[in-house]
Amino acid sequence: MTRPELLRVEGVTKAYPGVVANSDVSFSISQGEVHALLGENGAGKSTLVKMIYGLVKPDSGRMTLNGAAYTPAEPRAARASGVAMVFQHFSLFEALNVAENVALGMENPPPMKELASRIKAVSEEYGLPLDPARMVGDLSAGERQRVEIVRCLLQDPKLLIMDEPTSVLTPQEVDILFKTLRKLSSEGTAILYISHKLEEIRALCDEATILRRGKVVATCTPRDRSAREMAELMVGATLTPPARAGGAKGAVALEVAGLSVASPIPFGTTLKSISFKVAKGEVLGIAGVAGNGQDELLLALSGELLAAPEAVRIDGAPVGQAGPTQRRALGLVSAPEERLGHAAAPDMSLVENALLSGALRQALTRRGFIDWAKTETFAEGIIKDFDVRTPGTQVAARALSGGNLQKFVVGRELSQTPSVIVINQPTWGVDAAAAASIRQAILDRAAGGAAVVVISQDLDELLEIADSFAALNEGRLTPPRPVTGLTVDEIGLMMGGAHGMEVAHHGH
Amino acid sequence: MMGIDPALLISALMVASVPIILAAIGELVVERAGVLNLGVEGMMIMGAVCGFILSVQSGSAFVGFVGGALGGAALSLLFALLTQVFLANQVASGLALTLFGLGLSSLLGQSFVGIRPPATGVVPFGPLADIPFLGRVLFSHDWVVYMSVVAVAATWWVLKATRTGLILRAVGESHDAAHALGYKVRRIRVLAILFGGAMAGLGGAYISLVRVPQWTDGITAGAGWIALAIVVFASWKPWRVLIGAYLFGGISVLQLNLQAAGARIPVEYLSMSPYLITILVLVIMSSGKGKAALNAPASLGQNFHASR
Repeated sequence: MTRPELLRVEGVTKAYPGVVANSDVSFSISQGEVHALLGENGAGKSTLVKMIYGLVKPDSGRMTLNGAAYTPAEPRAARASGVAMVFQHFSLFEALNVAENVALGMENPPPMKELASRIKAVSEEYGLPLDPARMVGDLSAGERQRVEIVRCLLQDPKLLIMDEPTSVLTPQEVDILFKTLRKLSSEGTAILYISHKLEEIRALCDEATILRRGKVVATCTPRDRSAREMAELMVGATLTPPARAGGAKGAVALEVAGLSVASPIPFGTTLKSISFKVAKGEVLGIAGVAGNGQDELLLALSGELLAAPEAVRIDGAPVGQAGPTQRRALGLVSAPEERLGHAAAPDMSLVENALLSGALRQALTRRGFIDWAKTETFAEGIIKDFDVRTPGTQVAARALSGGNLQKFVVGRELSQTPSVIVINQPTWGVDAAAAASIRQAILDRAAGGAAVVVISQDLDELLEIADSFAALNEGRLTPPRPVTGLTVDEIGLMMGGAHGMEVAHHGH
Repeated sequence: MMGIDPALLISALMVASVPIILAAIGELVVERAGVLNLGVEGMMIMGAVCGFILSVQSGSAFVGFVGGALGGAALSLLFALLTQVFLANQVASGLALTLFGLGLSSLLGQSFVGIRPPATGVVPFGPLADIPFLGRVLFSHDWVVYMSVVAVAATWWVLKATRTGLILRAVGESHDAAHALGYKVRRIRVLAILFGGAMAGLGGAYISLVRVPQWTDGITAGAGWIALAIVVFASWKPWRVLIGAYLFGGISVLQLNLQAAGARIPVEYLSMSPYLITILVLVIMSSGKGKAALNAPASLGQNFHASR
């Protein structure tokens, strides 16, 4: 290692009531190094970077920056020391424009006019064009990320922390982001890169620190390791990819033709003339960068958002004007992305939540009275079949961890002997082992003759389970194509390519 | 109908609107910071009674206004404690605040019924006041009338052009994002609530010291509720608040004049007309296809807890 050390973290520990987020974590980054922080959800990556960014105070341990003790009391202090962070869930304000958003992340922003021209200059220098006057709510996810990155770049950071930056980008946008990051690193900026996408880390990072349950379990040089090796270090177990039964397709179960609806969500995306067919036994994977109409499509398919009667057909019957209950009666179940508040009522127990969507298909009510015994059995069945870790069935949905609740809400829908399944982000925030079991369950239902639509931003997941593949881009759906033989480049183009980004200008 | 002089009417409507402008502009700032304080009516009446008591005791109207602002702010501090420290529900806390304010003001004001407060003088503009029409309309008011317009302009400018305003809007837009950037969400909100309380108190004091001027129970008579409605239907924009308040004030004055002039419309209809017409006009103004509905601060009414 020839480059001087920038940041050193030594024996840092942080405990929350009931859980130790970080336990005796140590690692160091030198100037210009791209360092990966690897780990599953809940491994403690976010807590660790929050401590470096001054959002959380460590219980014990110490950090040094450029050899001097580093104890940021708040993000302001971290920024003043040259540490900048791009957040996983964007820290942006939708109703404010780009320049205002950038100004909020700076210590001493120049007057708005000057700031606007500096944003333009910096964003073009790094190949991330941005219009300072545009409302952030109108920007695509990729463009929003540019706002965050430009906000950091304007402060000449010595260390740039990036928390899962590629989960919302198309493959082409990822390429451009990497070129920008390499340029920054060649200029001496160190980058702390958090991700669980192993191929990306192999392509980009110089060193990796792997966390599991809050502890450092390994450090390695990603280029010298295979993605599989790193995954097993991350999970601490051997992984088995889901088996695909490759059964024959049946008749068309779900048909969508010319579906156009305006979004009920503020700053949402209007669906424009969406058409596809899913046969019994087929899994259709729908990719797309977040905010391109995924939520709206789920609403339109589940029946929460009504469309023209002929736009949606289940087994040939027009249901565009039918609500969720009627569609459920015809065999369509759906699981939205938002677990708390949409898929599950946070303060109701698991039994009550099981009743809410299962009442009809599982016949859990009789003449308007609830059959609690039967509901209890239904809920217990879901918990057992999908390995939901919970103290009991009477626990409030809110009390479950994200991954466990996800297993419960997906399991609840899959347990209703559906003929059509619509799921948005089936494994969002779920650890690798649980994700594999959810995917396996989806494939099992398809093998049993259900037509499945999986909307996901995880390309690897879609390629693993889907038979055919389509992409949402600004509310339009590309024609579905068989997954076999599809290249990542083609997928990227289907997802809308690079959205007007360009490669950073080197050496100008 | 002939007994109505337009100069007098405009001049009167400017005075009639002052309490609502002050309370509404305060509430606008509170709501832009993401807090829904439904206790405006309670804070106004606390301002009215505190202002009245202090001005009678001290013999100075100015001291009364300061006291009114302090009284409103004191009550809003209770709201801030409930919602920002104990994370109580904002709607319920606000409603409770109104009930509490109405009761407490009635208790405090018991021995002050039937007294006249010291007068609030007209700002001397010298010869300007003698200009026909304009002099009567613009240059014959007390200082609070001018201050209310200045308050609207200042709020507009601060929200639009200053960093303070930007941070305030950011907190109301997404408290999580603001927190992630290191802004003190709770402190900013408490300050906004105090400002809202002081402005509502000032508005209340104007009712008991100038508009009526005396103390009776329930003197604010729903002005706080109208102020709340105006904030929403003005799409959280300061100048629209001014328009809404003038509209309400104008129709209130007009219908009084019509009653006096013996118009052949039942009094009940005339009395309800300001409320009805103001709400109707503002609903139409804000119901366009534009982005008016999106102007609502996205975190409005949600409590913030920095545990995530």
